Amino acid sequence: MSFTSSRRTTDGLPDLSYQPRAARNVGSRVLTVVAALFSGIAVLPLVLVLGYVLIKGGSTLGLNLLTELPPPPGLEGGGIANAIVGTMVVTLVAALIAIPVGVGGGIFLAEYSRSGWFAQFIRFGTNVLSGVPSIIAGVFIYGTIVTSRVLFGNAYSALAGGMALAILMLPTVIKTTDEGLKLVPDDLRRAVLGIGASRFVMIAQITLPTAFTPIATGVVLSIARAAGETAPLIFTALFSPYWSDLVSGDGLLAPIASLSVLIYNFAIMPYEFHNQLAWSASFVLVAMILFLNLLSRWLGRFASR
Amino acid sequence: MAPDQDHLYRLRNRPFAEKLVDLGFKNITIALASVVAVVLFAILIIVFQGSLEAMGRYGLEFLVTSNWNPVDDEYGAGAAIYGTLLTSLLSLIIAVPLGVGTAIFITENIIPKSIRNLLGLMVELLAAIPSVVLGLWAIFVMEPFIRPALEFLHTAFHWLPMFSTPPMGPGTIPAVLILAVMILPIITAISRDSLNQVPGKLRQAAYGVGTTRWGAIINVILPAAVSGIVGGVMLALGRAMGETMAVTMIIGNSNNFSFSLLAPGNTIAAMLANQFGEADGSQVSSLMYAAFVLIVLTLGVNVMARWLVKRLSLKY
Repeated sequence: MSFTSSRRTTDGLPDLSYQPRAARNVGSRVLTVVAALFSGIAVLPLVLVLGYVLIKGGSTLGLNLLTELPPPPGLEGGGIANAIVGTMVVTLVAALIAIPVGVGGGIFLAEYSRSGWFAQFIRFGTNVLSGVPSIIAGVFIYGTIVTSRVLFGNAYSALAGGMALAILMLPTVIKTTDEGLKLVPDDLRRAVLGIGASRFVMIAQITLPTAFTPIATGVVLSIARAAGETAPLIFTALFSPYWSDLVSGDGLLAPIASLSVLIYNFAIMPYEFHNQLAWSASFVLVAMILFLNLLSRWLGRFASR
Repeated sequence: MAPDQDHLYRLRNRPFAEKLVDLGFKNITIALASVVAVVLFAILIIVFQGSLEAMGRYGLEFLVTSNWNPVDDEYGAGAAIYGTLLTSLLSLIIAVPLGVGTAIFITENIIPKSIRNLLGLMVELLAAIPSVVLGLWAIFVMEPFIRPALEFLHTAFHWLPMFSTPPMGPGTIPAVLILAVMILPIITAISRDSLNQVPGKLRQAAYGVGTTRWGAIINVILPAAVSGIVGGVMLALGRAMGETMAVTMIIGNSNNFSFSLLAPGNTIAAMLANQFGEADGSQVSSLMYAAFVLIVLTLGVNVMARWLVKRLSLKY
């Protein structure tokens, strides 16, 4: 038997021990350090952004911030209360549109037609729609809803903003419903159909409740994403420095404030107080979104038990 | 068998109402599923129709000229299209090594699993931060911080066209950096998933024939996962092209074409965010034309991503 290795122990046998100075081992260690460095750089922005949002935004957090209206440009004092309410309203409108449509579409894909040509086409369309830039959703709603004033003669409105966000949520909701329902074992379906239930009963009482957790996780994540979106809102929901009239419902048909648009508008203003309000709004927005993310994570862990 | 239980064993026809509910529900789900297709086609049609006027007036010249003058009604999106391609490609060059490196670091058994999971969680949370908050951070924290470095680049290399103008705050380089931050989580998440899917057998075989850790990663694991990684990179490219808010806030929104990376630039998405609200007349049509170009670019990248994934995927 011949060994190609030149290293020998004192007995003349090939040395199989680890050679820390061999070029390949040194190279491997160097690359490990490089990879560690890269992951350090990758998480650095998160730490820095969260740190600055926490320090700059959290420092001014007070009751007036959460209860008062933003001041006119140049003046000081006031809060971001209407924007907090507005973000919730617009996101709620989006969720009310996207969840029924998305869950319904997902049910069709997973329960009625797994591999039919129409289902394949819808799956492809869902993928394509999820790649459409968010600003295009805004342009689309502007072109259809805002300029045509189809909503009772109103141009910019909270409803239009919600529709734009719904377009962005839709692919995620469909995909998670489709994937969630596919995880339900087929044995369950056969058992339910076998004792004589109709397909509707099977879906409504067995498969949907079984797949509730993965669907809820995806839906919460998509809501979190929609809450932070700005681009689709800047020319659909616009902005408003006032309270929205939500009691009579007219507020839904008028421009509405939102945290993300407030950050955008106030960040590029030359007034220091407004810049500060943008940081405070970032703090509230990031807190809301991180809460939703943790909620979805908790839902997921709840399921794996 | 007692006679009063007889009805339990008789075959029962479904009542008409139940059949109606069943059929109705199926048709409702079909209708809801087709909403996706309707919205997608409506987006294409509305944007195409809106841009017809500008297409007729400027034709393909729109894509290469870069004068944007609402006063004289002269429009060309050359600078914005160049900016879109430039910023997204440069941000990929930064984000791909970082993202893939991070993905390798958190899938390989280098450090304890709890730390790896924490790193993965942090990268995922980075994806959750709204782009407008990243933009705010870029304006007030990142850009002032890197300004001295950019000034050094200008003084040392001003004979290069890339660095020929003095940095003035907003510009292409800060936009590229913030874009890299935004697409990093996508690349990391998808690379991590595809690295995790590489069968353990391949890794064991590689170690079995005596390679080092990185010998196995570079020669065996990465080639096996390349289809997923390339797909993730392409998706990230599509996202970078369409990314709006952070870029709008930091790129400077100048329609003057410049080779300098230190000068303010523009992207299609930034231009739309900036001007759509107050545009009228043929400016709207020109913006729609630019939006159509953006749709074609992102859809092209996305479809190509899927095709590449299919082409490159290895069969074990």
